Amino acid sequence: MDEARPLWATPLQFVFACISYAVGLGNVWRFPYLCQMYGGGSFLVPYLIMLTVEGMPLLYLELAVGQRMRQGSIGAWRTINPYLSGVGVASVVVSFFLSMYYNVINAWAFWYLFHSFQDPLPWSVCPLNGNRTGYDEECEKASSTQYFWYRKTLNISPSIQESGAVQWEPALCLILAWLLVYLCILRGTESTGKVVYFTALLPYCVLIIYLVRGLTLHGATNGLAYMFTPKMEQLANPKAWINAATQIFFSLGLGFGSLIAFASYNEPSNNCQKHAVIVSIINSSTSIFASVVTFSIYGFKATFNYESCLNKVILLLTNSFDLEDGFLTVSNLEEVKSYLASAYPSKYSEVFPQIKNCSLESELETAVQGTGLAFIVYTEAIKNMEVSQLWSVLYFFMLLMLGIGSMLGNTAAILTPLTDSKVISSYLPKEAISGLVCLVSCAIGLVFTVEAGNYWFDIFNDYAATLPLLLIVLVEAAAVCYLYGLRRFESDLKAMTGHALNWYWKAMWGGVSPLLIISLFVFYLSDYVITGTLQYQAWDASQGQLVTKDYPPYALAIIGLLVASSTMCIPLGALGTFIVRHLKQGDTASVA
Amino acid sequence: MLSANRISHVLLCNVTQRVSFWFVVTDPSRNHTLPAVEVQSAIRMIRNRINNAFFLNDQTLEFLRIPATLAPPTDPSVPVWIIIFGVMFCIIIVATMLLILSGIRQHRRKNKGPSEMEDTEDKWENTVKIENGIPCDPLDMKGGHVNDAFVTEDERLTPL
Repeated sequence: MDEARPLWATPLQFVFACISYAVGLGNVWRFPYLCQMYGGGSFLVPYLIMLTVEGMPLLYLELAVGQRMRQGSIGAWRTINPYLSGVGVASVVVSFFLSMYYNVINAWAFWYLFHSFQDPLPWSVCPLNGNRTGYDEECEKASSTQYFWYRKTLNISPSIQESGAVQWEPALCLILAWLLVYLCILRGTESTGKVVYFTALLPYCVLIIYLVRGLTLHGATNGLAYMFTPKMEQLANPKAWINAATQIFFSLGLGFGSLIAFASYNEPSNNCQKHAVIVSIINSSTSIFASVVTFSIYGFKATFNYESCLNKVILLLTNSFDLEDGFLTVSNLEEVKSYLASAYPSKYSEVFPQIKNCSLESELETAVQGTGLAFIVYTEAIKNMEVSQLWSVLYFFMLLMLGIGSMLGNTAAILTPLTDSKVISSYLPKEAISGLVCLVSCAIGLVFTVEAGNYWFDIFNDYAATLPLLLIVLVEAAAVCYLYGLRRFESDLKAMTGHALNWYWKAMWGGVSPLLIISLFVFYLSDYVITGTLQYQAWDASQGQLVTKDYPPYALAIIGLLVASSTMCIPLGALGTFIVRHLKQGDTASVA
Repeated sequence: MLSANRISHVLLCNVTQRVSFWFVVTDPSRNHTLPAVEVQSAIRMIRNRINNAFFLNDQTLEFLRIPATLAPPTDPSVPVWIIIFGVMFCIIIVATMLLILSGIRQHRRKNKGPSEMEDTEDKWENTVKIENGIPCDPLDMKGGHVNDAFVTEDERLTPL
């Protein structure tokens, strides 16, 4: 061996790398949504059970494989069993898809971050219409934050068929995001190891600041009470358990090969069991912590909207009935309404259609997940805070750190197998390989900056990683336990780390976790089959809201291609190895 | 347009509990009320002065059927976001160049390192070694003189 494998400078860098990879945007914008949908406080029960039964064992498995084989995903699985080289390739393909679309989120975060340095914030006011007598029509129908997201940031088209041109502003931000990622991975573990100190720790600083600010906001307690009131009947809902299992699975980032890549740079004697437990516990506590912050902000936003709704009703009634200013208040609104209904029935019935029924619950119930939560709901809450520029900058900086941290893991999953391969690394230094990967991903990622780009983004987000990953991790667990042999792996680990393998891990790896994954897989397949045509949400500018549309046939074909291109790698890899071996056997037979 | 500023020309009617009223503006010289459209356009032009006289603004003092002329948001010549984008872009490019260049320099130093080692070994060989006052050179078998005193073993032993 001419060059020793690069190592993490300290085990702490490895732990931080895993944390900054696992703690990503999903903790901030998916977990609070699930918590709200599936019973608030009682969702924690299935969540924690799935963490101990599925999350920790599978995380430990991946770290152990990476640390033992000391190679990226392709080499590691090929060493376990030559017929499994397809598993590694499938991981690399899925990671490639993920890195293509994930960095677009960082580009959007950059866009909002750059726009946070203005007074007033551009998403807090609607632009004026042509003759300056009112606000822009689309902005009036939707809200100013929605308008800024759909029109100014995405410039979204009404459907996926109308793709439009590449928008130069998001394209510039995307190029900047890729440059930043390239800067961080340029030197391999040497540079990544230093960057992860920031990407792992800074989001926590911002979250703590937001926690303190959020809890002191007016109306925060409404949101917290709404979220944490347990609705015990949801425990009987199978969807709650399935979503808990799915969330744990994807939140830890299993199956992409990033964890194997990170662990391959460890010292062989590293205690990865301890690290696996630490990383999974920190990941889940961050989810819960982030949802406390999110819900106090939700409560503030809902209370603010509720109060402004009430004020609009008061103004409307004051204007229609020429009442004294200040006569109508929030407390006597209902009495006065009934008085007016009885005293001036005809006039009241005219005004009645315009009176909105303001309800705090309906404001709180607007559950949003994904990019909608981060870029619409949060900005709406931020614009109403004092010194909103500061809060906006902090928030988008945190989103950026979370996103870059996850990107480091994704690119490591792609680059480690490439730099391990003797063929490629003899031709190109690792700076050039990283540069090429970033360039290709950036070029393809420009697809997501066209006018219909957000619809393609949703396709990738929903379909590129879900099913293939379940299959990959299932094959991984089955391979280690049954193909390689659990006893052999156990003795390997004992020789490597010096600790014996606890019976708990053996039971989980051998039985429980694969069964869970199979049930998740079956559930998702049946879900896709039952719903028939897949649909998506398109933005209708004339109505100012989202409408549901069917995917055109070519989009369905691309979805199928996405799923197939990664899952087919597994059987094709096995087939390829079989053919190569057969040919070699044929050669040796003829020579002898 | 008001030809002369006379408060007595402004007549109030339909006064309600809430501070609101209808008004018409008369033109005493021609003994008729000015048409609403003229009054509306006049008010639109001096809206700011009227607001300031009452210490109110467009939200708190409403003229029915006179839409407010909203102030356009200030548009700087160069959008702020491009400036910040430019700064970040330059910083990242400079940092990337520095890292790449230092990487190339390290690479060259590594390549020069082993070749420098080989140079010194050659030099070592070229200096003439002297032991016991006799230069080792003539003792080297480089010249290749065969010492006939030593018969090769093959010729001594009789072949089988």
